[in-house]
Parts: sequence; structure tokens; C-alpha cells
Amino acid sequence: MRFADRLKIVFCIICLMPVSWLVFLAFTLGLGANPIEKVIHTTGDWALNFLLLTLTITPLCSLTGWSWPAKLRKISGIFSFLYAGLHFITYVVLDQGLSWSAISDDVIKHKRIAVGFGSLLLLVPPAVTSTSSMKRLLGYDRWKNLQSTVYAAAVGGAVHYLWLVKKDTRRPLAYVVVLFILFGYRALAYLLKQRKKRRVTLSDGNS
Amino acid sequence: MITKKETDIPPSEITDEGLYLNRREFIAAAAALVVTGAAPDLFAREGDADPKFKVGKRGAYAGGEKTTPILDATHYNNFYEFSTEKEDVAERSKNFRTRPWTVSVEGHVNKPKVYDIDEIMKMFPLEERIYRFRCVEGWSMVIPWVGFPLGDFMKRCEPTSNAKFVEFMTLKDQKQMPGQTRNVLDWPYVEGLRLDEALNPLAMLTVGMYGKVLPNQNGAPLRLVVPWKYGFKNIKSIVRIRFVEQMPISAWMKANPGEYGFYSNVNPEVDHPRWSQARERRIGEIAKRKTLMFNGYGEQVAHMYEGMDLRKYF
Repeated sequence: MRFADRLKIVFCIICLMPVSWLVFLAFTLGLGANPIEKVIHTTGDWALNFLLLTLTITPLCSLTGWSWPAKLRKISGIFSFLYAGLHFITYVVLDQGLSWSAISDDVIKHKRIAVGFGSLLLLVPPAVTSTSSMKRLLGYDRWKNLQSTVYAAAVGGAVHYLWLVKKDTRRPLAYVVVLFILFGYRALAYLLKQRKKRRVTLSDGNS
Repeated sequence: MITKKETDIPPSEITDEGLYLNRREFIAAAAALVVTGAAPDLFAREGDADPKFKVGKRGAYAGGEKTTPILDATHYNNFYEFSTEKEDVAERSKNFRTRPWTVSVEGHVNKPKVYDIDEIMKMFPLEERIYRFRCVEGWSMVIPWVGFPLGDFMKRCEPTSNAKFVEFMTLKDQKQMPGQTRNVLDWPYVEGLRLDEALNPLAMLTVGMYGKVLPNQNGAPLRLVVPWKYGFKNIKSIVRIRFVEQMPISAWMKANPGEYGFYSNVNPEVDHPRWSQARERRIGEIAKRKTLMFNGYGEQVAHMYEGMDLRKYF
């Protein structure tokens, strides 16, 4: 087996650990006084963790010169989507008991729920088009555009979390800070690239 | 005015049967031990009756609903002085010292006094009352509290005509309460009631639950219980009770006046700005149930808010 394949398998196992832990707890020690809340919070946390990890991989590769993390980007993104999906399903089925009127009320009245729901929808196009055949089919530019909704989903996810907590905003703010760094890095990289381009064109003109 | 709903249901039908039987057996065993002078730490077992308590009256004020398992009620707590994580509070508060402890009565009263907690515990016959408990976060429990009516205590203090509100304050002690090292709230925690609310027969000062002394994580040694209001009004580990003329600013009002008002009555029609209050999850149940107006205590408390716009005075 190639190194890359082994790496991917190991990473998939790591990605499955949070949900496995929940299942393990459910059958052994229990999920605490409020099991549904625990499942919703844990799946939500990991949807955000994997989303931010996905967005960290590209800068990590360019800063370190490593190429292996790039092989895990797709898996990380898909797991983010899967955890977000579990988070949503738990909310719809267990928390709201499939009461569509309660759910639509919640989405309309509470911007936190609307933002969370919107963020999940924004994760659908990149997840659906994540395969290489889709990439070929769409062409790189269109594919890239569809993938870029993850940025908006990440912001939405962090805000959705921030609006949940009553007062202790440390953890949601940590996500916001990481997002700021990631966006800052990208903005800086973009500006440097533009400057370089300009310099190249300038020097072309001078020669 | 109906002030009390004493039911004919014997405690054996209200309390979890196993717990009830244990309690009975334990009281018998405890009596035997007291006679023989055996080791006192035998009394510290969770869920057992406390020999210090002589609980007289027992009343079910939760419509005969099953009480929440004690393990859940003692391991899922909002007590920001120790942690903002509900499941961490029990561990973080285990070394909290509740003796010596004094409660200072101040303000517009004829009898200001610094009470010792052990004195307070002997001032009135203790009674058990099973109340619904509704947290503002959307979950609820049914808890058998042990205590006495707040009004009985207040009468001893003899509030003057200037006393319009009662303000309660929690201990501030960063060394013992690690949560206070961060400015999550403006410490010390403060809560308040209008005088008539405080005198309502449902309002209790509690010193125990499930037949034993209040665990640290549940607000030992003295905690307010006002079952028609959201949980955060039920201030814990009280060190000061002050009778004042102006409406006190509670810790949560100070933290976020748009989201938490002075009254904080349980009201399914007035949502928290960020989530619905129409339904709640009873701990131990899967499906949510409808939240009741005044947490189901409208008959006893609604008259105090007649003519008030409860959307404005949330």
C-alpha cells in the first residue's frame, strides 16, 4: 500500500473517533444528564474543528513546504460535512422530535438557527463536488468557486456557536480568532502575489 | 388566594420508590447508630437522609411528577463561580467550605443581624417540597428541596416600610471559587425579588435536597428557590440578604440587560432573544414538553403580576 493511502486510512480512523466516543459512552458510562445536548454539542464542535482544519491545510503546506497534509484536505472537509449533518439530524430528530412547525419557527425567529442551517447548506456544494470526477466535469474554475463556500460556512458556523453561549464566549471566540488568522494569511498571500505580479509586469516593461 | 397545594399523595408515591425506601431504612439505621454512637461518616452517603434534618411537612408541588435522579441533579449544574461547564461544577466545588458560614441581614429592617448558618437551620421546622425547576437554557428537573418559606425568615427580620425589594448576594471568594478569577459575570452574584414575591408562600430558603444537606454544587449551605422563575434567580451560597428601596440589578441583568430582566418569570410566550422558551427538555426524557406559564405555578403567583406587560417586564 502506498504511503498516501495508509496516511488517509489512519486519518479517517482519527476522524471517526469523536463519533465512536459518543457511541461508546452511550452504551457504557452514559452521555450525562442531557444526552441529546451532549450529542448536538459534540457533533457541532467537530464539524467546526474539521472545517477549520480543512482551511488550515493549504497555508500549512505553503508555510512548511510539506505536501502530505494536502492529501488529507478532502477527507477533513467531508468529515466536517458529515459531523455537521449528524449535528443537524440530531437537532431535527431528537431535539425537535421532527416537529416541522417547531423547526420552521426556530429558523424564522432565531437568527442563530438560521445561520447554522445556512452554513450547513453552504457545505453541500463543496461536499457534493469533492470527487475528482466532479472536478473534471465542472472544470477547475467553476469547481474552485463551488469549493469556496466553505469560507462562508466556517464564518457562519463560528457565529452560530457564538450566539449559543450565554456568557462564557471563550471557545466560540477561539474559533473566530483562528478564522481571522486563516483569512489574514490568505489576504496577505494574495496581496504579496499581486505585488509580485505587478513587479514582474513592471520589470517586463522596463526591459 | 390559594397559597399551598398540599396533596394527599404520600411521599412514597412522589419520590422514587427505591430512594424513599432507602431513606426510611436509613432513618431507622441512623437512629440505631446514634444510639450506639457509631461513625458519623456513614451519614455522608449520597441520597441518604441526613440525621441533622427533621423534615416535618412534605408537599408535592409538581403535580405528582417523578423526581429527577439525584445523580443528574448533582452533576448538571450552572454555578459559574466554579465552572461554566455544567458537568464540571460537582468536581470543582467538592472542597468548598460551608462552615463557618454567616448570613448577614442588612438594610431597611428593624432587626439587622449576622446569622450563623447553623442557627438558620434550626430557626424553622424544615419541610420538603417537590418543585419543578426550569432553567433559562431550556431544560428542567423536578427536585425535592428541604427548607422553609422565605417569608417566615423575613418576618423575623422585620422589614420597615422602606423595604420594597430584597437583594441576595453569593459569597465572593476567588480562592475557593475558581470561576471568579475570570470576569464572566460581575462578581459577587446578585439576585433580587420584589417584597411581595419574596413573601409569596412558594418562595423558599433551602438547606437541603433529596432529604440531605445541599451538596456544594447545588448552592450549599443556603439557597433561594423560587420555582415560578428561571433557574438563575435561585441564587446559591447566600451570604447577604439586604432589604432595599430600589430594584436590585442582578448579575445577569448587568451582564446582558437585553436578554435577562429583573422578573425572569418562566414564560413560554416570551422567547429568550436567541432561543425559544416554548418547550423544555425534562432531564431524563427525550421528547420536549410544553413549558407552563409561571412554570405551572400560575395559581399561586399570577396575581402578583396582574396588569403588567410581561413582554416588557421579562
